[in-house]
Amino acid sequence: MVEETSDQSTEKPAWQDPAAKPFIQIENVSKDFNGFIAVNKVSLDIYQGELFSILGASGCGKTTLLRILAGFERPTTGRILIDGMDMTNIPPYERPINMMFQSYAVFPHMTVEKNVAYGLKKEGIAKEQIQTRVAEMLELVQMTEFAKRKPHQLSGGQLQRVALARALVKKPKVLLLDEPLAALDKKLREHTQFELMNIQDQIGVTFVVVTHDQDEAMILSSRIVVMHKGELIQCGTPKEIYEYPINRYVADFFGTINLFEGNVSRVDDKTMEVECKEISTTVKALSSDTTRVNDQLTIAVRPEKISISKEAPEGEDLSILKGIVWDLGYYGKLSIYKVRTETGKVIQVSAQNRIRSAERVLEWDEEVYLSWDIQSSVVLTE
Amino acid sequence: MNSNLHQQRIMDILWRRFVIVAPYLWLFIFFLAPFAIIFKISFADPIVAQPPFTPLFNFSVQADKWFYFTLDNYRFLLEDNLYWISYLKSFKIAFISTCLCLLIGYPMAYAIARASPVWRNVLLFLIILPFWTSFLLRVYAWMGILSTHGVINNLLISIGFIDQPLKLLYTDFAVYVGIVYSYLPFMILPLFANLVKLDFDLNEAAADLGATPLVIFRDITLPLSMPGIIAGSLLVFIPALGEFVIPALLGGLDTLMIGRTLYDEFFSNRDWPLSSAVATVLLLILVLPMMIFQHHQINETDYQE
Repeated sequence: MVEETSDQSTEKPAWQDPAAKPFIQIENVSKDFNGFIAVNKVSLDIYQGELFSILGASGCGKTTLLRILAGFERPTTGRILIDGMDMTNIPPYERPINMMFQSYAVFPHMTVEKNVAYGLKKEGIAKEQIQTRVAEMLELVQMTEFAKRKPHQLSGGQLQRVALARALVKKPKVLLLDEPLAALDKKLREHTQFELMNIQDQIGVTFVVVTHDQDEAMILSSRIVVMHKGELIQCGTPKEIYEYPINRYVADFFGTINLFEGNVSRVDDKTMEVECKEISTTVKALSSDTTRVNDQLTIAVRPEKISISKEAPEGEDLSILKGIVWDLGYYGKLSIYKVRTETGKVIQVSAQNRIRSAERVLEWDEEVYLSWDIQSSVVLTE
Repeated sequence: MNSNLHQQRIMDILWRRFVIVAPYLWLFIFFLAPFAIIFKISFADPIVAQPPFTPLFNFSVQADKWFYFTLDNYRFLLEDNLYWISYLKSFKIAFISTCLCLLIGYPMAYAIARASPVWRNVLLFLIILPFWTSFLLRVYAWMGILSTHGVINNLLISIGFIDQPLKLLYTDFAVYVGIVYSYLPFMILPLFANLVKLDFDLNEAAADLGATPLVIFRDITLPLSMPGIIAGSLLVFIPALGEFVIPALLGGLDTLMIGRTLYDEFFSNRDWPLSSAVATVLLLILVLPMMIFQHHQINETDYQE
């Protein structure tokens, strides 16, 4: 018992530890491109050894933020600190940061080996040392046999490895990755995802990844920040963001979610009931200190949190509603149901296919009950 | 149906052959055949006749030899210093002009390639604009600018910088000005076409890896723009080497360029065989850089694949 608590305290992630010093501090950074505000007053702390993702749709300012970190753009206001040092006015070639470009930007006139050695040569390191470090890096990304090749003889996946080796060989304090997997096909992407995590694990460099792919961000990251229109919307672990999105945008961005608007009809110190007209149901949810009767809010429920059954379920903390199966899809390990309520709202439900059966348990137009636990109702106040 | 298809295929093959043959035919008629004639004349003796040279084959009864061939013209080219000096001087002027065009044109091409798309079009238009006026007129205009009472001298005298007008016109200097001015677009355009294709991410990647802007230029931009530099340099060097109008109008008496020598030989001396020999040697000198150019282009397409 005692051991367990001490274990927990040592494994507590840095961002929950008030004593931990952030490694990268982004302080109130804005970037104004002739009136277009690409990044708006962003403040963010990233800790050493994190695999941190900046996630957002295209044009949300995530790449600009990354370029500010790399030093290719100067923030209009605010400052950047890395390991306690102010980097705001330091040119990119003097920053302890390296970047892997979305286009990989592998030098086409140099061999793989020379590409990887380039950064070390600029540091003025001795030749023998460069050779050993380049060889080590090529080993790490499994490109040793391609050392003498020119970039135009390599595939997209191989180019990506060269770009990664080239960025890591200088042992940067931070590695920035701009859409590292976007240019790869699906299968290679999944493989590379885990490889990136492995490499990060091995060398312990702080990774900051920019991506528009929420699945990628979820799998890779220790923490994610969601950006929208230049502003930070939410920052947290993948689980936090998926299970407790703070608004409709985040909820919607991370997978499918059912949204019901309603008014609070009853509140006590822990729970509340929300009257949702679009499904003519009273939904139960957990309340907060600030919840008042008649507050307008949105209830969000993930498809996999909803149970579907032929008989009416019973339970005090359940929100229950009736509908008919409007559409269904079989995806092997799970089935997706689209259930239409009496009010005409379509709710998406996903259920695992636990029982092996060639026949469907539920058919089209069948009357079903949907229910979910009070914990599964996500309350969005915005 | 089948025979229709068959016919279609034959037409396709014929058309393809034609497409390949047409440029060769063009080159043969307008390049190789005239050169063969020049080449032939260069082995003749000049005579006062119409045409003013001895025929290579003579089948008439009066002729004592049916075949007449002489290397005198080439021997003369070797013996007379005038031609050596002309070739060397042409080479020197063309080389220096090419270097000057590169030094002036590279930054211009780079700036145009890095400008915003709107500005880029405006700047390219300005580069091409002089072509809308006759080349000859533009060279004449330089005479007006450079002459003893021309724009430059008047300006310098009026601001009190000099008392006596400088001798600018009819000097090598004026020839350099004329060649650099005239051929600069031929340097800028291929350089621009090359530089505009360069991925700016490469520069940023180099900066990210610790290269300062000057080092980036040396390590990345310069080697990657080499095809543009070679194309532009040859496009300036080759015509500059054989240039006639500019040295004739702007050059002094001692600006002996081979184009001018050739013109004098042909029109003033009416020595067709000798001038043909001059032209043949010039062509041989030019074939070398052209072959380098060709070789490089093939290499470049290799590398892009």
